Amino acid sequence: MNLLVLSIAALSGLGALLAFLLEVADSYLGFYGECHIDINEGERELVVHGGESLLSTLMEQGIFIPSACGGRGSCGYCRVKVHEGGGPLLPTETPWLEPEEVKDNVRISCQIKVRGNMYIEIPPELFLIKEFRSRVEALYDLTDQIKELRLRLIEPDTITFKPGQYIQFQVPEYKECPESVYRAYSIASTANEPDGITLMVTKVPGGLATTYIHEVLKEGDEVAFNGPYGDFYLRDSDREIMLVATGSGLAPIMSILHQMAEEGISRKTTLIFGARQKKNLFYLEEIEAFKKRIPGLEVILALSSPEEEDRWQGERGRVTDVLEKIVKNGANKEAYLCGNPAMVEATVELLTKKGIPEELIFYDKFT
Amino acid sequence: MEQLGLSAPVIFFAAIFTNNILLTNFLGMCSFLAISREVRSSLGLGFAVIFVMTCTSGLNYLVYYYLLVPFGMEHFRFIAFIIVIAAFVQLVEMVIERSSPVLYVILGIFLPLITVNCAILGVALFMIIRKYTFLQSVAYGAGGGIGWTLAIVAMGGIREKLRGAKIPKPLEGPGIALIIAGLMALAFVAFSGMIQIQ
Ligand SMILES: Cc1cc2nc3c(=O)[nH]c(=O)nc-3n(C[C@H](O)[C@H](O)[C@H](O)COP(=O)(O)OP(=O)(O)OC[C@H]3O[C@@H](n4cnc5c(N)ncnc54)[C@H](O)[C@@H]3O)c2cc1C
Ligand code: FES
Repeated sequence: MNLLVLSIAALSGLGALLAFLLEVADSYLGFYGECHIDINEGERELVVHGGESLLSTLMEQGIFIPSACGGRGSCGYCRVKVHEGGGPLLPTETPWLEPEEVKDNVRISCQIKVRGNMYIEIPPELFLIKEFRSRVEALYDLTDQIKELRLRLIEPDTITFKPGQYIQFQVPEYKECPESVYRAYSIASTANEPDGITLMVTKVPGGLATTYIHEVLKEGDEVAFNGPYGDFYLRDSDREIMLVATGSGLAPIMSILHQMAEEGISRKTTLIFGARQKKNLFYLEEIEAFKKRIPGLEVILALSSPEEEDRWQGERGRVTDVLEKIVKNGANKEAYLCGNPAMVEATVELLTKKGIPEELIFYDKFT
Repeated sequence: MEQLGLSAPVIFFAAIFTNNILLTNFLGMCSFLAISREVRSSLGLGFAVIFVMTCTSGLNYLVYYYLLVPFGMEHFRFIAFIIVIAAFVQLVEMVIERSSPVLYVILGIFLPLITVNCAILGVALFMIIRKYTFLQSVAYGAGGGIGWTLAIVAMGGIREKLRGAKIPKPLEGPGIALIIAGLMALAFVAFSGMIQIQ
């Protein structure tokens, strides 16, 4: 009996001693103290505790850097220019960076730690990115696959975004989803009613976010998101505009159409909206209404495999077939594409062949 | 406790050359094969192993003879040794993370895995079996660590040289690494006639 107690005590003592030593070591080695982060030459000055990744440190301070993988180093989105205090380039960053970017001090912010004072540079529009709480105001079917989700903001109560940008929707833990994840959804509503946003969500079988939105979420629920992100927005020029959307890819295009109507942009514009069958089209009345408000707008609806009862009179084929027909040459045109990756890739290929330079083709792939 | 008049320096050199823990006992193979692609990271991991082996052999000696033996708890030696080793590796990880982020990323998961590097537990167990004194134990630990580092750095050098070489497809990567390890082991066996410590 004595021996038992004694040996347990001895072993526990050993463990406790080592734990104590490690704790002491950690308070020296793991402690970086107060660090100053200067952003854009004094535009913001943060005082933070070092030791965390730059990405999460900035997040804690309310500066949201785009990140699709949540800091695992597998998306390469979280680029930030670090001019001082970034330490040596890490092997986990190099796969994401071009040689010119390395020369420009671009770093993958989820991989580097704040270890001292830093001087960094980020695009000023990232300051607009915030974490929002909101309430589900409406949630209903647009088609049998796509739901419209309208969110009213609670805190902060307004959002500033460029039409065409997207937000990262937070999917909370639920039965199918053991830990919270973020997914990107484009804003479909006008930027002029900043107290809410509208999303269009296509169901993906077995998808974590889409199953949540289609099957779990109810009107009145509270949801969180952050944003806005992305460089899919209308460029200021006098070129002709080609808007190409399939499925819920219509979302950011709708927001851009709102902008064109509200700002009186009358550039020659062609909207090509593609679907499989008539039942997969939606928002037709809204699009019709835009035709009256936007003088230069022409709309082409295309069905790739219409059914007998659709009695379809409009264009047949994929959006690429339509573009093949109507785009004679790419001079003085710019294109905005949104929808599934296969459509986007095929369309980019076609349009570059037609002579639209790649830097004038803007797109969001819904991956 | 003195073992047949082998002095600490002799044990130290023997552990490096004639009884290289990696190439004659084949302990600590997994990180040897995984991290030996280049000299720089081999050296980094090597230094970490030297440090951990030297310190833990001394500490484990003290724990064994001043804690376990007096209480008649020798049968706890595995768990006690492992706790000491784990704590030390944790410490080394903190030091490396602080001082060299690049090395920290290169070593990745193999740094914490030093905890279960069998060469390190091997050193602790051999020193008990062979009834070394404190000095002999530390010499054996340091020698063992240096020997392990020598082997992995040599391997790193060879693999760097091999990078441009034409290797038959089926032997690329681990295949050729195992063959090289075998040849290196043969070379080290040639030393073993000089002194024997087991
Ligand atoms: C910039 C951007 C904007 C986006 N905007 C929208 C939008 O406005 N509306 C919208 O509905 N979606 C949009 N998406 C896509 C969205 O972010 C999700 O990827 C999609 O909803 C699937 O999420 P999930 O969690 O349900 O599926 P996951 O759990 O991520 O995926 C489940 C499985 O389905 C596969 N999968 C993922 N996406 C698809 C797909 N589209 N089709 C077929 N299989 C798929 C995955 O490979 C996986 O095997 C956008 C994506 C990006 C990058
Ligand atoms: S957040 Fe995805 S790579 Fe950094």
